[in-house]
Amino acid sequence: MIKKKVNSSAIQRRLIPTYIFLIIVSFISVFPLYWMITAATNDTVDVAKGKIWFGTHAAENFQKLLNYGRGINLGGAMWNSFFYAVLQTILCLFICSLAGYGFELYHDKYKDRLFGILLLAMMVPQVATMIPLFKMISGMKLLNTSIAFILPAISTPFMIMMFRQNSRNFPVDIMEAARIDGLSEVMIFFKMYMPVMKSTYAAAAVICFMNAWNAYLWPKVVMNKPEAQTMPMLIADLSSGYTVDYGLLMMGVLFCSIPTMIVFFVLQKQFAEGITGSVK
Amino acid sequence: MNKNKYKSVQGKQKAAGWMFLAPATILIFVMSFYPMIRAFIMSLQTGSSANMTWATPNIFNNYTRMFKDNLFKGSLVNTYLYLIIQVPIMLILAILLAQLLNNKDLKFKGLFRTMVFLPCATSLVSYALIFKSLFATQGLVNDVLQKIGITHSNINFLGTTATAKIVIIIALLWRWTGYNMVFYLAGLQNIEYSVYEAAKIDGANGWKTFWGITVPLLRPTIVMTFIMSINGTLQLFDESVNLTKGGPANSTITMSHYIFNNSFGNGVANFGYASAMSFVVFIMVAILAFINLKVGDTRD
Repeated sequence: MIKKKVNSSAIQRRLIPTYIFLIIVSFISVFPLYWMITAATNDTVDVAKGKIWFGTHAAENFQKLLNYGRGINLGGAMWNSFFYAVLQTILCLFICSLAGYGFELYHDKYKDRLFGILLLAMMVPQVATMIPLFKMISGMKLLNTSIAFILPAISTPFMIMMFRQNSRNFPVDIMEAARIDGLSEVMIFFKMYMPVMKSTYAAAAVICFMNAWNAYLWPKVVMNKPEAQTMPMLIADLSSGYTVDYGLLMMGVLFCSIPTMIVFFVLQKQFAEGITGSVK
Repeated sequence: MNKNKYKSVQGKQKAAGWMFLAPATILIFVMSFYPMIRAFIMSLQTGSSANMTWATPNIFNNYTRMFKDNLFKGSLVNTYLYLIIQVPIMLILAILLAQLLNNKDLKFKGLFRTMVFLPCATSLVSYALIFKSLFATQGLVNDVLQKIGITHSNINFLGTTATAKIVIIIALLWRWTGYNMVFYLAGLQNIEYSVYEAAKIDGANGWKTFWGITVPLLRPTIVMTFIMSINGTLQLFDESVNLTKGGPANSTITMSHYIFNNSFGNGVANFGYASAMSFVVFIMVAILAFINLKVGDTRD
């Protein structure tokens, strides 16, 4: 007993360099975010002076952000970001899970081949498709609409692959039993597959929401009307002037980060699963 | 009769299978493959977006133009510089962190993991702006450097080419190391702990086990993170736009940023030329991914 204790404290002593290293890395990881929060409560002079503690200008920065001109406002941008992100997540989950289910549980050599072709889309860079897609969307008179925002992102090879891989765990017996019970193929998906795959849906939803919330390049192309703009576009605009109000800017960054932070802290397990989900 | 019925049920199931994957497949064809072909056609054309005509006299005019375009060449060099310096440092750091966090004797494991992973919770624009503020001429980094006596006057980090590039690399490392660590942690959890115990009994030290066990067993994960990082870095956009605006004087601009400036930037709509450049990016992504897969596929 005593020997074991000595051993474990010896192990801990040997781990001291590891602890020091991890503490330094953790500090570097967390500090910029801590600083963002404190800077949001300071005015720009204090921020420039290097103040790293909370100040008293939070309300003032918030007021300035609310009344930020150029036709963009905080409420509108938050709503847009939220609305597009939720819409994109729901549609993406539905379409990609349907496909993942089809590719895995109804697979034959033609579908496997088709899947291989779809995977090639992973290599298609966004900058390469943005010009033709812009022409397509503007041709359909859809610029500045939520459809324009979500359309290129609701079917991605990454998500299809994630659902396909995870569908391997879906018991085929359930399908057979449901068929004998007279359930149609579509109903099997809704009534059997969806509930069983809850955790995959949760992980996929987190990733999808994060991606939609963070999207910047594509919205910059198709959402140029102030009323249609999103949070990342708003905060990018806050820093575009010659003199930047850092307190105001960090207040904006804070608002842009709140939803993703909440998702991160509440659903960290699902987030981590979602990132690595398709590579099991 | 019975056989027929069986067949029709099978046929129905087959049809259902195709129906399930149809929406996603059609969307990918319309939103990825078709635009890619359009981009290639446009890369052979010139003119404004409304009426584009075939490039004359040489149909590959837009491509030959790239060789004479110093800004494009600069953006190419910048992008590869970020790739070559940042990606290896990031991946090695990520494997190292995963290895350290996979130690069962380590305390506060969950807390450390959460903190290292935390930067992933910020959007790309957000962290670019945070770093822009931290490294501003009157920013916190300058304050700290002066207080501890390393420098004596404010450095214009983002206004000087060399330091601006370093800031972009630091920011990228900050944002993506934890992200990649998650992959390695997941990969390490698949390695039986007994393998390490056996190595310990055989007298292998930490360094030896790292290179002898961890790295080989993680190879598929390493290849995949490598491909993803290359893909992401070649398409770097948000950071270049928001951290440095590509400046000073376009010296830190990335390829995606330059393509954007040529197509949707200040009043320029050079769709033909931008498409040609984007097609080059596509070829590079494809080639690098292919090489990686080939290298990663050599099984012992």
